[in-house]
Amino acid sequence: MLPAELFEDSPDSGDESGVLRWADALRAAALIAVDPVGLGGVALIAQHGPVRERWIALLRSLLPPDTPVRRVPLHVRDDRLIGGLDLAATLQTGRPVAQTGLMVEADGGLLVLAMAERVSESTAARLCAALDTGQVALARDGLSEVRPARFGIIALDERIDDDRASQDERLPTRLLERLAFHLRLGDVSIGDVGLLDGDADGRGSLTGSPGPLAQAPDIAGARARLMQVSMPEEVMQAICTAALALGVDSLRGPLLALRAARASAALDARDTVSPDDASLAARLVLSPRATRLPGTPPDERDSTPADDNDSPAEDQSDDPAPDAESPDQTLPPENPPEDPPEDPQADDDTPPDKDPDQPDPDLSLDELILEAAKASIPAGLLARLAMNEAMASRGAAGGRAGARREGSIRGRPVGTRPGLPRDGARLALIDTLRTAAPWQTLRRREIAALALTSAQSSQPKSAPRSRSSADAIDSRSRSSKIEVRASDFRVARVQERAETTTIFAVDASGSSALNRLAEAKGAVELLLADCYVRRDKVAVISFRGRSAEVLLAPTRSLVRAKRGLSGLPGGGGTPLAAGISAAAALADATRRRGGTPVIVLLTDGRGNVALDGTGGRARADADARQSARRLRAAGHTALLIDTSPLPQASARELAAEMGAAYLPLPRADASAMSRSVQAATTASARTTNRGR
Amino acid sequence: MAFAFPFSAIVEQHEMKLAILIAAVDPSVGGVLVLGDRGTGKSTAVRALAALLPEMKAVVGCRYACDPNAPPGNCEECAALRAKGKPKTHMVRVPVVDLPLGATEDRVVGALDLERALSQGIKAFEPGLLARAHRGFLYVDEVNLLEDHLVDLLIDVAASGENLVEREGLSVRHPARFVLVGSGNPEEGELRPQLLDRFGLSVEVSTPTDLAARIEVVKRRDAFERDPKAFTALWSKEDDRIRQQLLKARTRLPKVTIPDSALERAARLCIALGTDGLRGELTLMRAARALAALDGVAAVSDAQLRRIAVPALRHRLRRNPLDDTGSGVRVERAVTELFDA
Repeated sequence: MLPAELFEDSPDSGDESGVLRWADALRAAALIAVDPVGLGGVALIAQHGPVRERWIALLRSLLPPDTPVRRVPLHVRDDRLIGGLDLAATLQTGRPVAQTGLMVEADGGLLVLAMAERVSESTAARLCAALDTGQVALARDGLSEVRPARFGIIALDERIDDDRASQDERLPTRLLERLAFHLRLGDVSIGDVGLLDGDADGRGSLTGSPGPLAQAPDIAGARARLMQVSMPEEVMQAICTAALALGVDSLRGPLLALRAARASAALDARDTVSPDDASLAARLVLSPRATRLPGTPPDERDSTPADDNDSPAEDQSDDPAPDAESPDQTLPPENPPEDPPEDPQADDDTPPDKDPDQPDPDLSLDELILEAAKASIPAGLLARLAMNEAMASRGAAGGRAGARREGSIRGRPVGTRPGLPRDGARLALIDTLRTAAPWQTLRRREIAALALTSAQSSQPKSAPRSRSSADAIDSRSRSSKIEVRASDFRVARVQERAETTTIFAVDASGSSALNRLAEAKGAVELLLADCYVRRDKVAVISFRGRSAEVLLAPTRSLVRAKRGLSGLPGGGGTPLAAGISAAAALADATRRRGGTPVIVLLTDGRGNVALDGTGGRARADADARQSARRLRAAGHTALLIDTSPLPQASARELAAEMGAAYLPLPRADASAMSRSVQAATTASARTTNRGR
Repeated sequence: MAFAFPFSAIVEQHEMKLAILIAAVDPSVGGVLVLGDRGTGKSTAVRALAALLPEMKAVVGCRYACDPNAPPGNCEECAALRAKGKPKTHMVRVPVVDLPLGATEDRVVGALDLERALSQGIKAFEPGLLARAHRGFLYVDEVNLLEDHLVDLLIDVAASGENLVEREGLSVRHPARFVLVGSGNPEEGELRPQLLDRFGLSVEVSTPTDLAARIEVVKRRDAFERDPKAFTALWSKEDDRIRQQLLKARTRLPKVTIPDSALERAARLCIALGTDGLRGELTLMRAARALAALDGVAAVSDAQLRRIAVPALRHRLRRNPLDDTGSGVRVERAVTELFDA
């Protein structure tokens, strides 16, 4: 329990959440040190800075001294990761030189991924395969060699703005899922870190027991004990129940929570997992993965101090809301106020329970763990989830599906460039040989001279030069083998057709809303259904009322389109400027990802809500024009479909400002729309390619 | 040696397990496509299968592990070995090869052995994943994210049963007959219809919503990880039983008959559903026959057709994007209408 005096001097005394987060982060570090392989690792979401470095340093200090820790660079090549032939070295020495690969080198230790939010899907896939199977398969010449590669991953995610994270800048979900802890150190300040470090309690309370922790926790001992820790049936059930209640769909969640609970018990030199271990595990593992709030009593403030009384002989439970003195203050994000005050039963259950053996152990145990997990769900996460399901963590995977343009290995060949034939880059054999050809005489002479000096030095000076070595040198210089060096390699350069993302910005206001939305939906589904357009993605933005909203994030998936477009809301004013700006923003994001955006705006050109949400046609028009000009300045291809019954001058003018093609389409016609969009798309794709 | 999670220890997921067994009994059924969200045990099941399958005979010295009893075909190495006399054979495990996401064409198809080319000046072929998967299984994770040119390649090789390599001055042809097992999450992208058609059976998996089942999955997985040897030993009897069932089914397979009535049923079903082409019927028949062999009956009857209709036909229906009904439901409806009429 942190004494209140500690907070008085600090300017951040109101911000306990940072301190609590840091305490949790330290606990996570200790658990990882105990079982890096079983827990998979940590996704550390924090900016590069002293707090993050501090955590990493602490983690390294906890690990046994000879643990291998390897840093994986962002665009690591396959052969560096998996292992294989080191071509350059091979050529240099003339005999095969293998490199083991980072994954095998890190066996038994950790791999640190820098800038993990930008790691490529293929690297993530390889890491996941190694995490799953614990080995790496090297294949050469029909032989398959399998080497053990059991490691944990520390993924350093440096994304800047969590809420607005473009889908590109996120750890691939498949990798994220296999890492037990997702730690956010964004709101931990130096002060929080410093406080704990200078604290008489040492590095905070790592195991939940009070008292000084001046010495490092016994990691080695914990590792030895880990296998013997037993898991009571009720605890396992409680964790699974909590996971289900929190909407953690994948079963990896509870599995990792189990392992974390075991590690916690081992750290504490216990041989059975206790409810506190389970609570800690639920908090660290399950709450970051929560996708919904279970419908349980919101009045945890009353129940949590009571829960504290449950755990015997401990003043401080592992909950982040343990401070019995000031429950209101320290309780981090609680339920949104809309939740109806639930049955007081829960409160009645817990106070009388003074020891774990009561008539209904499962219920209170489940509740206990669930409360622990719920209490630390970040409020922002749930609010976002409630608002916009499409952008939730499930959406992350869909967005990444198309973003694979590094390396440029597809497309038509357009010449060659120097480089090693790795990672799919095709060797341009003739060009390579052509580059090597002029150097042959020189290189041969060089080799001959080298061989001569080595032959001379290996023989005693007095002995005459033997005939065999002389012959060898002669034959070598006359051999037809081509001496190729690493710098001679040429690989084919390819030009890939950029994938197109069609962004529909639909005016969902007023009377024609439903018609227009239904058309847009139909056009979207037709575009997706056409299998030849498979390389392209579709997104839908709707604007009505005061703002614009992304209904469907860029996707190629019909399943996702149906889900995102179901229940189209309509009515309200026309915030035209907001719609155009939102479309432009999404187009920018697409371009950043390497795609080609095409914007299709469906409107009648008569906006009546300005950018800031206030009414007034004049202002709205001015704002709309300004947004249109900005869109044009950004150079995005656009198509404006005029949906008013008679072609309007306002729409035509707006199209001119946007630099967009103008198409009047008075009657609802999804197929005509999809045809014209396709025409615009191909036209834009052609111009893009020609330009490059 | 790394232990694989025992096949029989997988909780529920009966449709997926059945489909995989059928593909193991009769590879000509075509591959298995497993669609579902992550964390549902897709790759676990495929890797478990590798451990389950009985060993097979292969020619010693052949890089592609050819079958000594099969006709020489187009394997140059076997031809060379046979010319020298009867080649020796040995038992090898059935290969289950992973095609990782982001695999490049040269890794998949095979390429010039650069080291030998440059150091010794010999033009040699370094086999890729397709060669390693010959007579086994090729597991493609996230098959709906596979790059287009790889998709084309797989379709080609799966159809012809051999891999033709024409690159970097090489011209090599080698046998590549494998069962394609793909897994993926349908939310991440649509599979091209041509590739979809290549898969014989398709199954949908989802995490069990029943709490007891979830607890059981977690419990078993946890037990396996703490002591893989003991866990595998615990389930080895059950696994053995399945292996014997598989072996027996393979021997029974040529003798299973398909009565005309069954053929007619299958044809009616496909007409009712409007499946494209005749592959639907062919797959249905082959799968039903394999299922009959597994069940131990001498002839294909309605029972087999009912059980296998959904996995065999669910992905061959022409997809109407504006229709929300799931394809599996449509097949079931057609089956009930036809068979119960």
